Formats: sequence, C-alpha cells, structure tokens
Amino acid sequence: MMSLPKLSSYETRGTLPGNPACPACPHNIGLKIVGKVLGDRAVVVVPAGCTSIISGVWPKAGIDLPILHVPFASAGAVASGLKAAYQMKGEDAVVVVWSGDGGAADIGFATLSGAAIRNEDIIVIVSDNEAYMNTGIQASGTTPWKALTTTSPIHGKTEEKKDLALIMLMHKIPYVATASIAYPLDFAQKINRAAEIRGFKFIHLHSPCPPGWRFEGGKTVEIGKLAVETGAWILWEYKDGKLEISPTSRKYIDRNNRKPIKEYLKLQGRFKHLKEDDIKFIKEKIDNNWNYLLHLIETLNKP
Amino acid sequence: MRKVLIGNVAIAEAVKLARVEVISAYPITPQTIIVEKLAEMVDSGELNAKYIRVDSEHSALAAVYGASAGGSRVFTATSSHGLLYMYEMLWWIANSRLPVVMSVVTRSLGPPWNIHTDHQDALTIRDAGWIIGFAENVQEVFDMTLQAYKISEDKRVLLPSIIALDGFILSHTAEPLEIPSQSEVDGWLPPREPLPFVMKPGESFAVGNLGPDEVTMELRWYIWRAMERAKKIIEDVDKEYGELTGREYGGLTEKYRVDDADYIVLGMGSWSGDMKEAIDVLRDEGYKVGLLRIRYVRPFPMEDILKYCVPAKAVLVYDRAVSMGYGGILAGEASSILRGKTPLKSVVAGLGGVDMRSEEFVDSIKRFIEEYEMDKDVEWLNTYWLLKGGGEG
Repeated sequence: MMSLPKLSSYETRGTLPGNPACPACPHNIGLKIVGKVLGDRAVVVVPAGCTSIISGVWPKAGIDLPILHVPFASAGAVASGLKAAYQMKGEDAVVVVWSGDGGAADIGFATLSGAAIRNEDIIVIVSDNEAYMNTGIQASGTTPWKALTTTSPIHGKTEEKKDLALIMLMHKIPYVATASIAYPLDFAQKINRAAEIRGFKFIHLHSPCPPGWRFEGGKTVEIGKLAVETGAWILWEYKDGKLEISPTSRKYIDRNNRKPIKEYLKLQGRFKHLKEDDIKFIKEKIDNNWNYLLHLIETLNKP
Repeated sequence: MRKVLIGNVAIAEAVKLARVEVISAYPITPQTIIVEKLAEMVDSGELNAKYIRVDSEHSALAAVYGASAGGSRVFTATSSHGLLYMYEMLWWIANSRLPVVMSVVTRSLGPPWNIHTDHQDALTIRDAGWIIGFAENVQEVFDMTLQAYKISEDKRVLLPSIIALDGFILSHTAEPLEIPSQSEVDGWLPPREPLPFVMKPGESFAVGNLGPDEVTMELRWYIWRAMERAKKIIEDVDKEYGELTGREYGGLTEKYRVDDADYIVLGMGSWSGDMKEAIDVLRDEGYKVGLLRIRYVRPFPMEDILKYCVPAKAVLVYDRAVSMGYGGILAGEASSILRGKTPLKSVVAGLGGVDMRSEEFVDSIKRFIEEYEMDKDVEWLNTYWLLKGGGEG
C-alpha cells in the first residue's frame, strides 16, 4: 500500500533542486511524484510547454528522467512510436506523456485521441494549469469560464472549460482518472495503478499556477485543496469498467459539505472581476458537473 | 528475383527486405498503396513490424520519430499536402539526427485539387536536413529505398532520407524489376545500430531540451558536415550495391551522354526517361547534347554540375517546380553553382501533372540550342514557362 511516508522515502527521480520552474510551480510537484512512483521504469515524452523550460538548459538538467522533448502537437504519436519500439525489442518501459493542457486539449488533441483509440500502452498525464502559461497566460480550451487571461483580459473567457477527462473516458480506454497536485498520495496511487494496467491510461492533473492564476506563490497547494473542497475539481477514477468518485472527493457529493466557491475564487486574481451573479452561476455549473458525473456513474456502473 | 510491380508495391518490398520494425500509416493519394501493401504484409505475418494507424501525417512522422528514438528501423510515406502537414516534424527529425526513411510520392499542391505529379511538394523541404533522392523508374525507386537505410544509418551520416517518386507515373505503373533475396539484403544491410541515441528507462537523458544559442548553430553545422560527408557515402553505397546487384547509377547524378556534350540538360524524376529518348534522337541528328540527371537534390551535386556544365556551351534545366518570383528551383540551384560560368536557361514545365512527351523535349531542346547559337551572349534571366492548352509559352 502506498502511504505518504513511503512515498517520501522513495528516492527522488524527477525534479532536481534549483531547476528553472517558477517558485511554487505545480508541475514540479507533479513531476516529483511521477519520478518517485515510476522511477527507473519511465521514459517521458514532453510536448512544448512549461516543462520544456523546467527541464533546464543544456548542459544542465532540471529533471532527472529520460525525456524526449517534442513539438506541441505530437506527443501522443511520439509516445506510440516509442512504445512500439520497446515492444519490438521486448524492453519493459513505462512510456509517459507529460503534457500541459494546450498540448492535450487543443493543438495536441487529435494525436491524443488517436493514441487513445488505438489503446496504446502508455500513460498520458495532463498537468492542467488552465491556460497557455509558458507563453504568458493565454486562454486555452481548459481555461474556466470568466477567467482573465492575456487573450481574455477584461471580461474573461467567454467559453466553457473543456472536460478532457470525460472526453477521454468516451474513448473506452481501460483507465481514466482526475487528480490534483494538492493530493500527492491520491495522485501517486493513481499513477501506480495506471502503470499496472495494459493499454491507454489517462490522468487529468489539476495544477494551480501562481503567476497564471495570479495568487501568492505559497498558496499552490492551498488553492489546489480549495478546488477539491469547494467541489470545483472532482477527483474520480475509472478502472475495471467502474467509475467512482475518489475517497477524497466523496464527502463533497453532498453539496452541504462543500466550502463556498467564493473561498476558492477570491484568492485568484484571474477571478477578481466576478460579480455576485457570476459566482452564483459558477456554483450552478459545479452542481451540474456533479449531477452529470453522478448520473454517469449510475449508468456506467449498472450491473 | 524478377517481378513486375508498380512503384508503390516495389517500395513495400524494399521496406520488408530492410526488416523495418515500426511503420506508421496515414493515407493520401497517390501514396496510399504503399501503406496498404505494408498493412497486408504485417497482418499476414510476412513482415514482423508494428503498424501504427495514426490520425494524421503530422502524427505519422511523429510516431516514427518516437520509434526511431526508441531504436527501431522505421518507415512512413506521404504525398503533397500530407508532406506539408508534416513540415514541423521534418525539422524535428533532422535536428535530432534520427535515420528515418520516408517515401514521398510527388503530387502537386492545391488548390485546385489535383492528384497528379510535380516536384513542388518534395522541394519545399530541401532546407531541413533530409537527404532527398529522386528516382527515375520503378527499379530505381526500389533500389534507392533500400539504399536509403544504409546511407541514413551510416554513423558518418545519421540523417533522415526521403526517396521521391513521381505520382502515378512511377507509383502506379507496373514495370519489371530485379529484387534481391532476403539473405543478400541481410548480408549487406545489418540491423540498425543504437545511433545517434536510444531512449532507455533508468538512463536520464534529455533530447531536444533548451540549449545556448551557440549550440543550435553548432548543431546545424554538424548537420551541414554530415550532409557533405553523405555525398561520398551515397557514392560508396551506390557502388557496393552495384557489386551486389549489378546496378550502379552514378552516385548523386547519372551521366547520360555528357562526356563530349556541348549542351547539358539537367532534370530529375520520371521524365528523365523521356529526356534520354529525346537526347538519343538529337544525337542521331548531330546535336551534341547530354543529360545530367539529378538523383539527389540533397546533398546537392555541386561538383558534378561544375564538372559537366562548365565545359559545356550552355545548360538547359527542366523544372517541375517553381519558386514564385525567382524561377525553376533546380535551375536556381544549378545557376548558383555555375555563377555565370556557363549560360543557363530555366524551363518550367509539367506542373500539376501536365505531360511532357519525348518529342516535346526534342523540340524545346532544339529551340534552346538555336537560341544560344544565334546569340552566344544571351542572358536567360526570364524563366520560360512551357504552358499547354491555351497558355502562352
């Protein structure tokens, strides 16, 4: 069984101290966990994004893993080819795509969908900081409604957040989960389970970004937790043909247990312009997301 | 073994004999038959390879990039818009120095939609760092494809290769060809060595990460030097393949009746056969004309062009591709090598698959010679467009 002390005791193979990530970067947290869990088994494919920078400037390295850096819209296919090469050679490697939201939900979606429908034996982890952060906070397909970005600078984004994990679930792949950098054990267990399954595994990782969401650096984990505690980000897992709300999120099925959404929003500069009506509307959207997911669970899990 | 095959199937046979391990496939006319044939081979167990049915040409090249980085010998194929959709990955592969081999069945670019050949697609990528060969017939398509693995994987080269063949004229036309046996090929083409690198779990190693600006430039310089070295390797491989099969083509160029020629014709691809016929006719009529057929546009055969064109009176270049606002692409490249040493005329013809028969080469070569003889100081600055069906030449 995975436990926090056990996770902490693992040798770190992942991010290295002093790498070029922004202070309190969520990708660093996520990559550290990937490195701890998969260690010597992983080969990582990284499409263009923040992690292209975090990896460091040659001849130094910011991440202690084998990494193939690839163009923005290519990760799913590159990972498929890499895995095919290992299969031909009988090499036992866990091929991981570590992607941002743009590289998965937008420009890289076709290649992601292609790899999923072929049920390639790879793990795709999308570290979703909800905008194009590496280029300086432009709205992406997963930027939430109303969030301020440099391409939605005054009124905020006018479109909804693309629900990538549910879209991937509809590819009928063996494993889909959501996770958060604020819950390292839950994330670590999900990577661990994914690595034991053959076929395409998808993990959508919620990654609050201090400069992008405009909050103080020390609050990355706090905001990640608030997303879950307010019900705005739901931790769930699909495996063995069953869809379940993960233990951490289960108590928030009852909306009375959810913290007021305002607590999550008010800490973030990207939502500072919201009016009371907007907040009310966001709360309704969260309720709808829960209802949708719970209905889906009921339908999918019917005997 | 002697067989009668269309170009696309001949390529699949070459890929099989090369024991390619990972193939990615995305259909586009006129390439499609290559990946269909390979699918049959893999499905039937005739070829032990992974076959990845990707979502686009961009993914097709990305998938073989990944497989090549994992140490496999790889293959994919495309045409026209598919090649342009791959554009970004072409550079990524070249700069990564991975020995990927790809067929480009040449086809014009739309609009309008047109599935017939010209060389515009393959020539848009000439700066990237791929070795680019153009075949004249089905036998050569087969031979060059097999040779591409030997050349690309040579540790002095380590550059990807494209073998281009004219859509339909070669891809869909059955011709007799000689195919070596598997044991002959195995003896000549060993399995790929783990070069320039192979990604492995447990071995921390970053490919494509940020580097200082000087590294970017240095890396391009390494490619430059590899491209220079490739000239010799291409010639050596041509010779050793000649010893194996009896077919030797001349390296970067084929020299057809050029030794005593006053006039040199430059061209490449399938219509070179019609040019040769035309040259035979003209020779019979007393014209001293020869063809320097470009087999590889990258690395560009500068030395051969100087050697055979400088002693000539004038050079005529037929292009199936044009750089708008400049001229025929091959003509531009050849004239930059000649630098005024020999007058050169650029003719653009055959775009979009417009047919050129050998008689038309006879006529236009004759006109070119007459023009030169009338005015030996002629400056052919303008590109001559050989239009058909109402246009004015």
